[in-house]
Order: sequence, then C-alpha cells, then structure tokens
Amino acid sequence: MNASPPETLLAVADLKVHFPITKGIVVKRQVGTVKAVDGISFSVGRGETLGLVGESGCGKSTTGLAILRMLDITSGKVEFEGEDISAYDRGRMRPIRARMQMVYQDPYGSLNPRMKVADIVGEPLVVHGLATDKDKYRARVAELLKMVGLLPDMAERYPHEFSGGQRQRIGIARALALEPTLLICDEPVSALDVSIQAQVVNLFMELQERLGLTYIFIAHDLSVVRHISDRIAVMYLGRIVEIATRDQLYKDPLHPYTQALLAAVPIADPEIEAGRTQQIITGEIPSALRPPPGCRFHTRCPKAMDVCKTVDPPMRERDDGRAVACHLHS
Amino acid sequence: MDTALLSVEAVSVVLPTPRGPLKAVDAVDLSLAPGRTLGVVGESGCGKTMLSRAILQLLPKRAKLDGRVMFNGRDLAALQPEALRRLRGPELAVVFQDPMTSLNPVLTIGTQLVETMQAHLGLDSAAAAKRGAELLAEVGIPAPEQRLRQYPHQLSGGMRQRVAIAIALSCEPKLLIADEPTTALDVTVQAQILDLLAREQRRRHMAMIIITHDLGVVAGRTDEVAVMYAGRVVERAPTPQLFAHMRMPYTEALLAAIPKLDAPPHTTLPAIAGRPPDPTRPLPGCSFAPRCRYADDRCQGAKPPLADPERAGALYACWHPL
Repeated sequence: MNASPPETLLAVADLKVHFPITKGIVVKRQVGTVKAVDGISFSVGRGETLGLVGESGCGKSTTGLAILRMLDITSGKVEFEGEDISAYDRGRMRPIRARMQMVYQDPYGSLNPRMKVADIVGEPLVVHGLATDKDKYRARVAELLKMVGLLPDMAERYPHEFSGGQRQRIGIARALALEPTLLICDEPVSALDVSIQAQVVNLFMELQERLGLTYIFIAHDLSVVRHISDRIAVMYLGRIVEIATRDQLYKDPLHPYTQALLAAVPIADPEIEAGRTQQIITGEIPSALRPPPGCRFHTRCPKAMDVCKTVDPPMRERDDGRAVACHLHS
Repeated sequence: MDTALLSVEAVSVVLPTPRGPLKAVDAVDLSLAPGRTLGVVGESGCGKTMLSRAILQLLPKRAKLDGRVMFNGRDLAALQPEALRRLRGPELAVVFQDPMTSLNPVLTIGTQLVETMQAHLGLDSAAAAKRGAELLAEVGIPAPEQRLRQYPHQLSGGMRQRVAIAIALSCEPKLLIADEPTTALDVTVQAQILDLLAREQRRRHMAMIIITHDLGVVAGRTDEVAVMYAGRVVERAPTPQLFAHMRMPYTEALLAAIPKLDAPPHTTLPAIAGRPPDPTRPLPGCSFAPRCRYADDRCQGAKPPLADPERAGALYACWHPL
C-alpha cells in the first residue's frame, strides 16, 4: 500500500478539539483550555488500516471520538465518504453513524451487564429501525455472532458469562451490526492476555479481508499496531508528529519521539535486549493545559536545539510521501 | 550458586469458591539467591499473583496455604503477625501494579514514606523526612521536597509508581517483589521504571521477583524465568537458556503470539486457540493439553512433573518437549 491511497474514505483537516476549563458555579468563567487535539490532518483510504499511536493523554482517543462526532469539534473539517460532517447535528449524524462504528478498549465496561448478548449485538438494528422482522433480526444476530467466532446459542447469555476475549468479540459483533465501512478501534486488545490478543488481532484482519473494512486502530502497543496497520500516525500532545507507511516508520523513524517510542518497546529476546542502544526519553508527557512553547516535544527530546524551544515545527510532507513535524527534518 | 534467600517449597494455595475449591497455586517450588532476579511470567488467572501473595503472607483470609515459604532460614507461613510485620519493610517489600490503589489517597507522599521509616528504622521525623527526600530523588522524582507535601492524586501514574518504589526501598529490603509494576503505564514510562528497578536492585544487591504477563519485560531484566500455567510452574530456566531453547510448548506458543517488530505484517498471528482450563475443575493430565498441538493420550491422562531429565539446568513439565 502506498502513502496516498486511491480512494479516500475519511479526510481530517486541521481538526481541533478544545475543552474549556471553567471556574465558579453560578457565574462560570473560563480559566483555561485543554487542547486535547490541536490541529491534526490525515486521511484514510478505503480498505486501509491507519494506526494511531502515542502515550496516554496525547489525544488519540479524543481524535476517534471527534471523528464519530461523539465530541464537539472546535474547528477543522471531517470529511467522510466525500461528505463534510463536521457541522452535522445528531439527527444528520444518525445515518452516518451506521457507517462508522466504534470498538472500545474495555470489554467489561462497554457491555451492559443486564442485557443478553443477543440484545447487545442487535441493539444498533433496533435503534436504526432495522429490526422489524423478528426472524430476520434473529438470523442477523446469529450471523453476526458467527462472524466473530462465537456460537449462535451464546446469544441468550449475559456478558459476565464470557471471558475478556469473548466479550471483545461481542463488542466487535455489535459494531458490525449495521455493516459499517469504517471501524474506529480504541485500544481493542490492550486489556487482553497475549494469547487472546493474538486471536482478536487475527479476527480483525480476517474481517477486514472479508468485509473490506477500513480501520483506525488506536493503540499504545507498537508491535500490535505495526502488525495490523498500513500507515501509522504518531501523536504527541494533541498533534501528529509523524505519519508514514508502516515500513518507513519502523525501519527508519524520523521524529525523535517515534524513535524513543520504538526504543522503549521491550523485546522478548535477551540477546537483542542486551545489545540495544537505549535511547530512552526521560520524563512524562506535559499537561495539555499548558503545552510547552515551540516544539511540544522539546522538553523531553534528546536532540532538542535552540530553535525547538521557540518555533513550532510545521508538518512537512517529504518526497517519499511521509510527513514529519521536526526541525531536524525541515 | 549462593545459598537461597527465598525458597518456596511445594506451595499450594486453595481458595474456597461457590463452585468448589479453586487451586490457584499448585505445588510450586522456587528458590532465589541474594542479589538475583527472577521473572514469573503467565497470563491472567495462572496463579502468579496468588504465588506472590503467598510469599508475602498477604493471602485472602479464607485461602488455605500448604507448603513452606523459607526466607532467610525462617518459615514465613509459621510466623506470628507481629513477627511478619517486622519483616515487611526491612526484609520483604512489594510494589503493586496500580499505584493509585496501593497509596493512601488521604495521606501525603511524605507521611506515607516517613511513617514506614519511623516504624521500622526508628528514625526521628526530621531524619526520616530528609531520607524521604533523598529517596524520592534517587527514584528520579524532580523537586522531592515539594513532592513530600503532595497527595497521590497530584502525581501522574509514572510518578506514583516511583513513589511506591521509593516506599518499598526505604527500609533497604533484601527481597523486592514487583507485581506487574509497569502494566498500567505507557511504554516510555515502563522502560524508565524497569530501568530504575534494575539499577536499584544492582546497587542494593537486593533479590527481586518481577511478576508480569510480558515475556518482553523479563527477557532483558532477569537472571531466571519461571513460566506459570494454571497454577503450576511449567518451565523454569536461566533467562538466556530459556529464550535460546524453549522446551515447553506453552512458552513457545506464548512467545509466538506476540507480534514481532521484525515479523511480516498482516499475517495471521499464531494465536493459542481456546483458553485456560477452569481452575475449579482441574484436569487429570497436563493443563495445557487441550490447547497444545503436540498433545496425545499420555498428556490427557497423566500430569508431567516439573523436572530436568537432561540435567541441563532447565526444568520443564512436558511429555513431549521441543
């Protein structure tokens, strides 16, 4: 897959999601702004998987929620299947939501414990008025369960009877109920054990092949993201700092933050671990309430120069199709 | 090898449940010499946390412990609560997964750090506060004097874990048990915390047990690894030897299921089918047999012992070793 896919399914341009911090109960006044997502642009081609990685608090989940319009967009544009949805209200979003769905991280918190699996998986059909024929509805629920590797007779059980991996399959079945084109997967395997994680990653890849799905795969585990993604965007404090194809990013990371993230991944091989040149960044991600001036990464960057402290590096597209926001590469 | 600081002898832990007794830990033997690091690896429910609780004598009240936990020549299981309390801190210390729940939210960092040292080391409050600030600096916390006056919620997850490590180290323990110390943290912070633990472990010549589900975490940072499955240790070997030649199919499958940074992407990952057996319904044979591609009738019928038949220094519990 090359860096500019033929047909764009989703295009995000200069997206900003800011949250006001207010003080006072009767008279609220704004005392600050959390710039959770602060001007990001990317596009996702049909059938492609875009990985979105970064540390907690970098804005990757907010980005996912903003695309689905489950959060208000402060400014910028979200174009889905050629349609600008950034200003749509709830009513106009409803038909769009059928085509873009979310898979959540926590398979325990995201399923209603009082609902049977059949009702959880079938709920989107009911909400969208597609459950008029009882037999067809039942057949569709059974088909969805089969699609994600569960047995149709599990439909009458409750979520607590399932393991974490099976619950995540239920969440995926629910997301697939309306035949979406885009799935936004927010850390979908992070809560699972290694052996189960591999099963669910395999399921995502199988479903993509069978149904031609497009994924935005949000995760902090770089090895899982690499395995499943065609292109990867690295986020830091509300910005994308590097976006490149999988091979470009992992073979030759350009941004010092991408390099640091890769260097921090523990590798299950004592010889590699012993011989690794550790280039580990110190400190933690600063507050999005008061992002550092200049390049937001300069406070932790091992290669920071004077210019980084004052000038915010713009995102520059390079000849090879990748883009990076760093003064070392401008 | 040095004489063991800790030796776990045939330890079993049984928990009563409505579905019948649950054998969380099943006849585990381990030993650890001073200054050495042991990694205990396994998935959720394999008994690794219950094993660490058994060593620390922090098991739930209704749990039944069999076997002996010998620490510095004393059986911890036979000690009175008061004697145990004196051991925790100067001898045995623990760092838990979630520093938000292991720290007291209504006490300042300073109070929590200082009270441990006053109780165990007999320091007066001024000396303890001074030592507390030094410890925070040692674990990489900037502006330690100010941090002493803060509450846990004012710190990030990584900082809280550093505080928990500082508290654990404050009485110079001989053995530190780190139970999934970095699972809740970002990958960059994880690397920092693991480096910190390794550095302090070497500096203090402290023995350490790292409990984790991540083979990547133990690969670079332990002397020996014990792999647990369904309550038992199924493979145990010096770390380089284990990774060079895995004998137990479960260990191999666990490693294969991790996507590698240098493996071809978009390929089917070799997942382990199924899931671990119900711990209240133990199997007569090898617990991994239902998920193992090498399993045959013998595996279904008889439990393989953890042994080292080739006398190569690597123990495994398998009838068909790789």
